[in-house]
Amino acid sequence: MQLTVNGVPTDVPDPTTVAALVAERTEGHRRVAVAVNGGVVPRSSWEATALAAGDAVEVLAPTAGG
Amino acid sequence: MTTTDPLTPTLAPALAREEAADPFSLGGETFTSRLLLGTGGAPSLEVLERAVRASGTQLVTVALRRVEASSSGAMMEVLDRCGVRLLPNTAGCSTAREAVRTAQLAREAFDTSWVKLEVIGDEHTLLPDPIELLDAAEQLVADGFTVLPYTGDDPVVGRRLTDVGCAAVMPLGAPIGSGLGIRNPHAIALLREMVDVPVILDAGIGTASDAALAMELGCDGVLLASAVTLAREPERMALAMRQAVEAGRLARGAGRIPRRFSAAASTPMQGLPEL
Repeated sequence: MQLTVNGVPTDVPDPTTVAALVAERTEGHRRVAVAVNGGVVPRSSWEATALAAGDAVEVLAPTAGG
Repeated sequence: MTTTDPLTPTLAPALAREEAADPFSLGGETFTSRLLLGTGGAPSLEVLERAVRASGTQLVTVALRRVEASSSGAMMEVLDRCGVRLLPNTAGCSTAREAVRTAQLAREAFDTSWVKLEVIGDEHTLLPDPIELLDAAEQLVADGFTVLPYTGDDPVVGRRLTDVGCAAVMPLGAPIGSGLGIRNPHAIALLREMVDVPVILDAGIGTASDAALAMELGCDGVLLASAVTLAREPERMALAMRQAVEAGRLARGAGRIPRRFSAAASTPMQGLPEL
């Protein structure tokens, strides 16, 4: 199925959970946050949250900032 | 005062004790350093680490970006190693809705309910949008956040931010990254008189004297990034800022002399020889 991940159309297996997508995308990052269709998905819900075709997912990590 | 402060041993014991116990209370926490450091702009992680250590800061700002565009995990290792507390920002947000969501994502990522709330109203000047800022601040306070809002130097807006429960007010001295210093010192001094929460001068600092002036005006702390990270020698400038904040705080406490239009001799005229 196709999702939009960080603004880029992306094919992923169906089903894919938020936890699986995060594991694939964020190697080396302990501090990560995820939004699906604009809503925050708490870390405690990543395993239980299945993504659906067309979802817009943002996978965010720390960066320097003022 | 920090443990390495060279001044306090030379003070009379009572004053030294008073200076050593000059804690900075912010959001229910106590800090000894009154300098907050932004991490943006440092040319390397090594330079950033040296600057953080030289500054003596205990609270540094960080941001969230898409993982492909983010720093490697190494930046967080540096900050963890320095033992500093993290203050996520909402940089890049221009509406209350975006800022609230960004703060909520930052709370997940950094495991902190503290946020430096930025809602930008103009892309060119990066000046804050007070209407959206107040809206976002109210929502975030209701959601349990400790909100530290980046705001203009309008004292009434500052008071409105404290009315909705912000833990501090962080007025700009000048536009972000401009290095223009404190363009309206009187507004900062008025703001300090009009609110009961800490006032942290945020944005516009260019050099050490700007940071000292902020403290002399009564600010409780200073937040700066570019002035250190983009200096030719960030580590040296970080130490300068640390000492400037301490000097400004001391001068504020000591009480400056009144300004006079003309001279007032400090050497007595009595006993002047005729030569």
